Amino acid sequence: MKSKDLLRFAASAIAAHPMRSALTSLGVVIGVAAVVMMTSIGLGAQQRVMSAISGLGSNLIIVSPAASRSGFAAQAAGSDISITGADAEAIAKQVEGVAAVAPTVRGQAQLAAEGTNWNSRIEGVTPDYLVARDLTIGQGRMFDDREARQGRTIAVIGTTVARELFGDADPLGKRIRVGSSPFQVVGVLTSKGQSGFGQDQDDIVLGPLPAVRSRVVGRRVKGDTVQTIYIKAASEDDLSRVQEDTTTLLRERHRIREGEDDDFQAQNMASILQASQAATATFTILLAAVAAVSLVVGGVGIMNIMLVAVTERTREIGLRMAVGAKRSDILIQFALESVALSLAGGILGLLIGIGGALLIAKLGSWPMAIPSWAAPLSLGFSMAVGLVFGAYPSWQASRLDPIEALRRE
Amino acid sequence: MIAFRDLKKTYQMGDETVAALAGVSLSFPRGSYLAITGPSGSGKSTLMNILGGLDRPTSGQYLFEDEDVSHLDDDGLAHFRNQRIGFVFQSFQLLPRYSALQNVELPMVYAGIEVKERRERAAEMLAKVGLADRRHHRPTQMSGGQQQRVAIARSLANNPDLLLADEPTGALDSSTGKDVMALFEQLNSEGLTVILVTHDANVAARARRRVGFRDGLIVSDEGAKS
Repeated sequence: MKSKDLLRFAASAIAAHPMRSALTSLGVVIGVAAVVMMTSIGLGAQQRVMSAISGLGSNLIIVSPAASRSGFAAQAAGSDISITGADAEAIAKQVEGVAAVAPTVRGQAQLAAEGTNWNSRIEGVTPDYLVARDLTIGQGRMFDDREARQGRTIAVIGTTVARELFGDADPLGKRIRVGSSPFQVVGVLTSKGQSGFGQDQDDIVLGPLPAVRSRVVGRRVKGDTVQTIYIKAASEDDLSRVQEDTTTLLRERHRIREGEDDDFQAQNMASILQASQAATATFTILLAAVAAVSLVVGGVGIMNIMLVAVTERTREIGLRMAVGAKRSDILIQFALESVALSLAGGILGLLIGIGGALLIAKLGSWPMAIPSWAAPLSLGFSMAVGLVFGAYPSWQASRLDPIEALRRE
Repeated sequence: MIAFRDLKKTYQMGDETVAALAGVSLSFPRGSYLAITGPSGSGKSTLMNILGGLDRPTSGQYLFEDEDVSHLDDDGLAHFRNQRIGFVFQSFQLLPRYSALQNVELPMVYAGIEVKERRERAAEMLAKVGLADRRHHRPTQMSGGQQQRVAIARSLANNPDLLLADEPTGALDSSTGKDVMALFEQLNSEGLTVILVTHDANVAARARRRVGFRDGLIVSDEGAKS
């Protein structure tokens, strides 16, 4: 008995019932396609979150107001803004290992220039903001600290804003109206493209903090308060210590007693990254587990059809034994049939899964991420499904008594 | 020489022990042409199954040439059936999705013979039974007589020492039945040992030796002993 003859027997049995074989494989097709798509969605989500977070800047700590509590009623985060420009200055002076501290206010504003309109994000910042967020000036210059303190109405714009308002013309020195206040463009940022969250990072206007606070977002941000303080640690090693020192300093400045909750939150990008990685990994495992269940269901379908095939072909099995087939020949023939059905389903499912992942990536502007182990794993798994669920029917076929089998109608 | 001595085959049916074979002995040389006759339930089919290696006796000895077949394991019996025995069944037992040629090839596949060689030999066997022009037909496209001739070609594929035919003409009309009998006689005249099981007296009459069965025992043995 040669192995290629066994393969030929299996192939001819599968080809004898094309519709039935296709439907039997369908369970595995769906299972494998689901596993491939789910893991690629999970991995895509992970990459997207990672690039979103790392796009904010490296070695970054973000301080933002926490939800304040009055009595037992928690209020929304930032509802009572508690951090100030003075906090930022204190951090810059008193915390060691800090490369940049950037207090920020922000708002959404209607922009107008030369008869064109555009709605964009406006942030009131200090020059350190560029360092903290890893931004660079592509054209013109950044405003300096003196200009900022003087309350000058000058701005640095992102490339999207420049394109929308001025087209191909040089925006430097031009005036734009932000809300109702005129600002003069002194610089254009280097393009950063889309963030991982799908946000256009070039659709932004940066102005000096005092001017933006008083003229654009004044009604919502009172006094010296700011919405976010970006802190860049000098190195990755300093990151957690800077975070701790900042927390201690701010608790002191805000007169928060021992045991009381912070009225701000200081988040370290590395820990956010870790937490989100852990979350997406769990998410991926969950999706894959759900998909694996459908693969098992596909395996049960194969077992069912193989049991039917053994019953239907009892006489064939008896005849094969009568002309000299060993029990092992029968066992291998049926096991091969089952594995071939399952593997064919696995290959088709892999192709459909990759196609589906591509489609999702395209429709959802999602990064395309098919894990490298998807192909070997799904093919290996579908083979294993065929083997496991084909084992019992094949064994039953091989144990038939040839005399009984030949007599069966 | 094929010989069996005091073969017994018993089945347990509830509390009762039923003897399908109650102790039979017979020997016959190569080239014999035997008909085994008897009413249904007389044990002739049980004997056929044991002679063909499909079943083992409860006790007794079965010697094929010098090989003791009664003690072979499953794989040993499979090999014995493949190499020594050709089966012809009343209901032909052809695989419906295979062509005549592929059906004839089947025993050679299990013998491990290369594709090219077994194709040639299968075609040769089909020509021998007069079906050279039907090799690519499926069983469903052939008459009963043609199907039985394909089955005979298949039984000859591995050049067996013993041809066992169980009611080979039972499903055929009398004229095609006669053709099939003529084929057996021709094969026997070429030296092949043939054993027929039949309850058709006309078929049995054409054999050179006739052994009668009743209740698991041999009750008559007539005709040429060699």
